Amino acid sequence: MKKKEIVLKGIPASPGIVTGKAFLYGREQYTITKRLIREDHVAGEIKRFKEALIQTKNEILEIKKRISDEMGAEHGQIFSAHLLVIDDSMLIEEVISRMKKEKMSIEYVFQDVLRRYIKVFSEMDDEYLKERISDINDVGRRILRNLIGAKEDVLANLKEKVIVVAYDLSPSDTATMHKRNVSGFATDIGGRTSHTAIMAKSLEIPAVVGLEVLTKKVTSGDTVIIDGTHGIVVVNPSARTMKKYDVDREKLIEFEKHLLELKNLPCVTLDGRKIELSANIEVPEDVPSVMAHGAEGIGLYRTEFFYMNRKDLPSEEEQFRAYSAVAKKMKPSPVVIRTMDLGGDKFLSQLDVPQQMNPFLGWRAIRFCLARPDVFKAQLRAILRASAHGKLRIMYPMISGLGELRQANILLEESKKELKKEGLPFDDDIEVGAMIEVPSAALTSDILAKEADFFSIGTNDLIQYSLAVDRVNEKIAYLYEPTHPAILRLIKNVVDNGHRAGIWVGMCGEMAGDIIMTIILLGLGLDEFSTSPIATPEIKRVIRAVTMSQAREIADEALTLLTGKDVEIFAKKKIKELVPEMAAEID
Amino acid sequence: MTIEKTVVIKNKQGLHARPAALFVQIANKFNSDITISKGRNKVNGKSIMGIMMLEAGSGAKVTLVVNGDDAEAAMKELEALLVCENIDEVVI
Repeated sequence: MKKKEIVLKGIPASPGIVTGKAFLYGREQYTITKRLIREDHVAGEIKRFKEALIQTKNEILEIKKRISDEMGAEHGQIFSAHLLVIDDSMLIEEVISRMKKEKMSIEYVFQDVLRRYIKVFSEMDDEYLKERISDINDVGRRILRNLIGAKEDVLANLKEKVIVVAYDLSPSDTATMHKRNVSGFATDIGGRTSHTAIMAKSLEIPAVVGLEVLTKKVTSGDTVIIDGTHGIVVVNPSARTMKKYDVDREKLIEFEKHLLELKNLPCVTLDGRKIELSANIEVPEDVPSVMAHGAEGIGLYRTEFFYMNRKDLPSEEEQFRAYSAVAKKMKPSPVVIRTMDLGGDKFLSQLDVPQQMNPFLGWRAIRFCLARPDVFKAQLRAILRASAHGKLRIMYPMISGLGELRQANILLEESKKELKKEGLPFDDDIEVGAMIEVPSAALTSDILAKEADFFSIGTNDLIQYSLAVDRVNEKIAYLYEPTHPAILRLIKNVVDNGHRAGIWVGMCGEMAGDIIMTIILLGLGLDEFSTSPIATPEIKRVIRAVTMSQAREIADEALTLLTGKDVEIFAKKKIKELVPEMAAEID
Repeated sequence: MTIEKTVVIKNKQGLHARPAALFVQIANKFNSDITISKGRNKVNGKSIMGIMMLEAGSGAKVTLVVNGDDAEAAMKELEALLVCENIDEVVI
């Protein structure tokens, strides 16, 4: 009987599409038996232990070097923590002295000591230490393996090319994988910045992490598709799905080629108007992708990531480190940091946000920040301090009226005063803008423009609020129309009001990355487009193929159309006329 | 020579996380024997496991004992790390 197709959504860890046979990987447990040793074996045991440590150290140095060469020194740093554990004098001394006293085999004592440390660390109330446990576990396993002379893990000795499916993969697991045998992998746990994700990128094989239930749905030998670009895994795909992904893979390869051609070309219209093309990011690790795709700045740095999947709040220091790393890497290009946009579909456990009937209309984003100035100011201070290291801009999400903008700015001024008093440097002229995603803000953008340095239109929420369409509800998904005349009018209103007040207007929602809309948005006068890094080359291609007068004419005509469907058909027709080489991507 | 000094940890993360790793990296640059203690707990200052076991948070009072030919230089750098409020300014 044919197995049913299952589609799972996870977190994209390494781009690309691959189809293959699944190999369900479970970590082998080393069985260490309690074994007494004779007095005259003590010296030999110590020698064996030291040799295993040296061997392990060499293995890790080799991995570290490989990763540093391939991905840059900062990624190799992951393994520095491993080296610290191997070189740890206290750990080594304790193992040796206990072995001498108890006369037990060295691997038994080592495992016992290690377990004790892990137990103590896991009871401590410190997120960083808890993360270190996986480092200690990983190194510990490696040392044990070298001590008992076990073979390299199965992953290094795969007979045929497979897609590795696992609950989790440690850096050591991924380091033993080889592109020759592993064409992609997928795991139940892990985030975008987990070691696994970084290793997948270094191997340049597609990977998806954070799939939660994947290992329960897959058995070895099943056919699976890994779409590492979109974070999707399909188990037992139907013939139709297989065909769709074959086409997608071809497109992706074609796209990569174009990417290289476009990367270094400026983002200007045919008649020479310069448009700022930026990218959206979530974590500092996204920056290389921004640069690789030729974006010139960051138009939306989402900061929710900091607050999710953890029990404590991120400290000012932790945020400062991330923001300044991004500022330094992007310098002199600008980076717009959006203050935290929690609530809605993004919750966090540690802040006691109560269950809400209408979370999207509830206590979220700037509303939450203004109610919790302690949390908000830690973030503002971190952004300000980081502004000394590059060109940062601040953007407040979900502004619905002038009152909120003013209140947020009061807290910002307070933070600036504090930093001055503490003698910490920051950019006093940092630009502060409002994200325009609530219809009331779009309608009163003339008022807001007088007290903001820029606007960035967040289309996802603007559309859902304006059209009263819950974007999570599939039954009414057909009503979610980015091309609706109401949306075009709102965008026009925001751009015109911004320009009248002399400020720039950008867009960071999904619409900014939709090539069908590009010419119309250009014609409406948008100054900046910010989209996911992978979408930037296509947007650049469209912008480079039209003149401003063509774009204005098209936008004007689009504004006269009566329905969203009409606008969509018109927009598609125009882009096919003006950029014929993109016609295939439109339908 | 042996130098002993008691310091109050100023940086906000205490001797956890990155500061702990930095402390060990600095300590290992020197020949001197280095111990750090909090209350009755005393650990090897060159051991990351030891430092983490110490659980010394911000505001904790710790005693550093450095013994060796480069004790003075070692004490200077380690103390600077402990009393520094912003560890991002520490360069090693």
